Amino acid sequence: MSPLARVVLVVVVLGVAALLGQWWRSRNGRFTPVPERVREAAGRPEPPHADRLTPADLGAPLGARATFLQLSSEVCAPCRRTHVVLAALAAERHDVSHVDLDVADRLDLVRRFDVMRTPTVLLLDGSGAVVGRMSGSTDRRQALDALETLPDGSFAG
Amino acid sequence: MSDAPSRPAGIDPRGPRFVAAVTAVISVVVLLLGTGAAALVTLAVLVAGFALGVARGPAGTWQGWVFRRLVRPRLAPPDELEDPRPPRFAQLVGLAISGAGLLLGLLGAGPAIPVAAALVLVASVLNAAFGLCLGCELYLLGMRLRTRRTGSSGAAA
Repeated sequence: MSPLARVVLVVVVLGVAALLGQWWRSRNGRFTPVPERVREAAGRPEPPHADRLTPADLGAPLGARATFLQLSSEVCAPCRRTHVVLAALAAERHDVSHVDLDVADRLDLVRRFDVMRTPTVLLLDGSGAVVGRMSGSTDRRQALDALETLPDGSFAG
Repeated sequence: MSDAPSRPAGIDPRGPRFVAAVTAVISVVVLLLGTGAAALVTLAVLVAGFALGVARGPAGTWQGWVFRRLVRPRLAPPDELEDPRPPRFAQLVGLAISGAGLLLGLLGAGPAIPVAAALVLVASVLNAAFGLCLGCELYLLGMRLRTRRTGSSGAAA
């Protein structure tokens, strides 16, 4: 390879890294709601195998209006930042709770909800139904926006 | 509901990012050197750094030493400290990639050297410039694969 070709290679690799980084950053904390169709099916009186979690699943009580179920791993610094954000929100609001579980202990949940990265946060409504999810480092604004999507949610800044 | 009873002492989060930046620069040098002996030796420097990082954490590498002696004294104290385990996991990923490149290069597969350097360059740029945490993205996937292979325990869903 000529010296010029090597320089071009370096530039191309750096470009790929920059694009990957932008894409990765744009995904972090973005709330993805569960499609309406799936939600309606799960909302029927006795959903067949609903994406609905019980306090027994969590090992903790559900929030009256919402629960942030965070799945974290040991080797994950953004998990700590997200934990602080969500714990603060839950402390401020009596009807919102936050449960942080280690993926190593809860591979059943990891498989059930097809979790690929940490942190992943599932947003549950008052009945424990999964209404959406976020993954990657999540900030306060993003968590509040996710709460806004809940029906009869009157969450102000 | 806060986490981990046994958390190791925190480190300055800018340390691992500085280490990654130095790693990126050395990867560029490897790419510019091509496939010869000089490239192989420079790649070996990277491998040695990663090996130290795995054994002693990123602060234990020579780049970490440079950070402590020359960079950190010029910076304001960090806002928050970070768990040293995530960056250590990232060092392990780096060691696997660069080690494979070095081994293949020693066995005569020259093109493996720039390929390994390019992969390390992408990962270290993502870490240094974007704060990507490789452990967060890969650890859970690894865990899922491992438990599948050994026959998963716990609930199947």
